[in-house]
Amino acid sequence: MIGLTHYLVVAAILFALGVLGIVINRKNLIVMLMAIELILLAVNLNLVAFSAYLHDLVGQVFAMFVLTVAAGEAAIGLAILVIYFRGRGTISVDDVNRMKG
Amino acid sequence: MIQAIAFYLFAFMVVASAALTITARNPVHAVLWLILAFFNAAGLMVLVGAEFIAMLLVIVYVGAVAVLFLFVVMMLNVDFAELRSGFARYLPLGLVLAIVLAAEIVFYAFVRSAVAGPVELGRRVAVIKDDVPNIEAIGNLLYTRYLFVFEGAGFVLLVAMIGAIVLTHRERSGVRPQNVSRQIARRPQDAVRKTQPTVGQGVEL
Repeated sequence: MIGLTHYLVVAAILFALGVLGIVINRKNLIVMLMAIELILLAVNLNLVAFSAYLHDLVGQVFAMFVLTVAAGEAAIGLAILVIYFRGRGTISVDDVNRMKG
Repeated sequence: MIQAIAFYLFAFMVVASAALTITARNPVHAVLWLILAFFNAAGLMVLVGAEFIAMLLVIVYVGAVAVLFLFVVMMLNVDFAELRSGFARYLPLGLVLAIVLAAEIVFYAFVRSAVAGPVELGRRVAVIKDDVPNIEAIGNLLYTRYLFVFEGAGFVLLVAMIGAIVLTHRERSGVRPQNVSRQIARRPQDAVRKTQPTVGQGVEL
């Protein structure tokens, strides 16, 4: 029988893959944003699994709010990416030093 | 039994397509693998009875976010082969980091359930009832108890939309766009003049 731990393991692997994606795609900002989406997907999976196995609906409502924030984040992130590419002609993260930080 | 088979199928597919998302050579392929990962995660959510979130995942992520990614990937003319350099350099560090992170979470999940037994809630805000459909129950909760949070979520989306438009909008020089306010402000008495010129003299403009 599939238990809560099964879901937690899948979500943990997904989360780790998202972190791995951020680390290894150090130059490609688009794939980095996709890795962030994977991390948020893992979080949503955890919320839904706990909600289902603890018989409390609030987890699913909260997963919807996480989804909302993820959609807004993707829109703003891609907009910043587009104007950055317009100005610099590259999306390499290593070159992001315009603000001398 | 069939539930276990479906779970392992979806779980394997979601992990495999997530791995292919972050390692794909072509970003367009990465977006397509991301879409497959979202579909399989939606399947995992259907298995535990969260149909609303599963459908929301398909509609919002596959229908909006992934298509947005696809648009941006195709819009930017980037040399993606050059962006892949440094991939092998960061791979060992990333693998160590990811494996340690996953091992920690999995270890804690197992230890927690072995030592302290299954998780129990002291109090439930909204108990899941078997005779109420998932969507109906979520709607009841969302439009009553979480109404203001729900409106806050809508506000977040509004701000994100305005922000994205303001960020990417640009005034281009050299084109003559339609000036709506000037068109509306134009009145007949400014645009038309009645004259009665004598024959053979014409009109002075």
